[in-house]
Amino acid sequence: MPEWMVILLLIVAKLGLIFMVLLTLAAYLVLAERKILGRMQLRPGPNRVGPFGLMQPLADVIKLLTKEDFIPAQADKWLFLLAPGLAAVTALLTFAVVPFGPPITLFGHEVPLVVCDLNIGVLFFLGLSSLAVYGMTLGGWASNSKYSLLGAIRGLSQLISYELSMGLALVPVVMLARSFSLTDIVLAQSGVPFALVNPLAFLIFLISAVAESKRIPFDLPEAENELVGGFHTEYSGMRFGLFFVGEYINLIILGSMLTVFFLGGWMGPFLPGVVWFSIKVLFVCFFFIWVRGTLPRLRYDQLMHFGWKILLPLSLLNVILTGAFLLWRQG
Amino acid sequence: MSIWRDIKGTIEPFWITLRNMFRPVATVEYPEVRTELAPRYRGRLILTRDPDGQERCVACYLCSAACPVDCISMQSTEAENGRRYAAWFRINFSRCIFCGLCTEACPTLAIQVTGDFEMANRNPLETVWEKEELLVDHCGQEPDYNFYHHAGIGVTAARGESPGEDKPVDVKDLMP
Repeated sequence: MPEWMVILLLIVAKLGLIFMVLLTLAAYLVLAERKILGRMQLRPGPNRVGPFGLMQPLADVIKLLTKEDFIPAQADKWLFLLAPGLAAVTALLTFAVVPFGPPITLFGHEVPLVVCDLNIGVLFFLGLSSLAVYGMTLGGWASNSKYSLLGAIRGLSQLISYELSMGLALVPVVMLARSFSLTDIVLAQSGVPFALVNPLAFLIFLISAVAESKRIPFDLPEAENELVGGFHTEYSGMRFGLFFVGEYINLIILGSMLTVFFLGGWMGPFLPGVVWFSIKVLFVCFFFIWVRGTLPRLRYDQLMHFGWKILLPLSLLNVILTGAFLLWRQG
Repeated sequence: MSIWRDIKGTIEPFWITLRNMFRPVATVEYPEVRTELAPRYRGRLILTRDPDGQERCVACYLCSAACPVDCISMQSTEAENGRRYAAWFRINFSRCIFCGLCTEACPTLAIQVTGDFEMANRNPLETVWEKEELLVDHCGQEPDYNFYHHAGIGVTAARGESPGEDKPVDVKDLMP
């Protein structure tokens, strides 16, 4: 087999593996969330389909695929059809820059366990997470429903206010690691994870990540008690499923980002890097579910107030303080 | 300072939810596990017979009148011996709220509740039960009661002498 073919095969295998793992994980995260939330409310959660309800994701997919794919009469058809895909694809694409393990050697080739180690990985992540809102906004706009539109507007303004503090919380990380590449950021945390070096940035990023994932307590775009279903009110069948899967892939992405930026990525004693990475990501996902089981939804003005008047100044201050500290340490 | 209260109020719920996660599940997994029903549980309605094996129902329409959701309907008719009975008797169980008011209204204790509640059905028409399905061949919860032994017969004994009747109260006894 020629050299280039081996490399190509390795890349394709890696892509396929990531794709499969990510989608399966997203499906089972739904089950895990329902189970964990159930246990927190003294319910068993889904346990009918297969042992311990483990076939539930499959049953859900079959249900979603066989449901009617409804398009409202006055909807903007093309945007309406496009939006769920946009939401899922942007979420999937973000994983391209996530390094989930140290490079391994296969068939005499060093294979980095990341799809593409961009030297501007941080910007790629921020850019795609901004793009992800288009799926939601266009979906809400194209549905021609007041609930969808309100949800979309809320999602958009929420994103703007939280993306800022999210980006600013990453500036200290970049300053500490002296690189925009996620692999370099992980390598810079070989001693102490940045969550301990800069806990304030970690906290700001964590809160912004929850807001970014549009989950309780920041799930105002879909706030089902006020807006029926928010931006996906008019969606049914697998198009709703795509929004749903996108949300959970997004959850995994944000978990990985938190892990990479603040929890030391694949770094850890004894266990192999990939295992450490998975443990950390799953723990962050559990934390997100835990938050959902614990906190009530914020009111919309409270959310805006919190984003603009507390988080943003705090993250700006954090950037200045970290810069000052680094300058002082250099002497 | 209220900010400490706010921080505490944000952190504390996390501990509560985590603690509850490890408590035993409160759900009763119904088809496999069944709870014991209360002794006076009100389930599906039946029409009982008296100890002689005759239909107790005299088609007086009182249950139908008492029913808050109008789920009972019937047509009364009279047998050759002068005894009233229902020509047809119909209960729409998709409408019944199992309040038991019909059983309280029934003068002959004909209509009674049972502990059965498993009447789910895919066809709504099959939740309408006719007299043949409602009528059982036992006395239900009142094995000894027979309406016609108490009603419609001439008074032969003096006051307080009939079987099952209390002695009249001597009002002057109640003087302090």
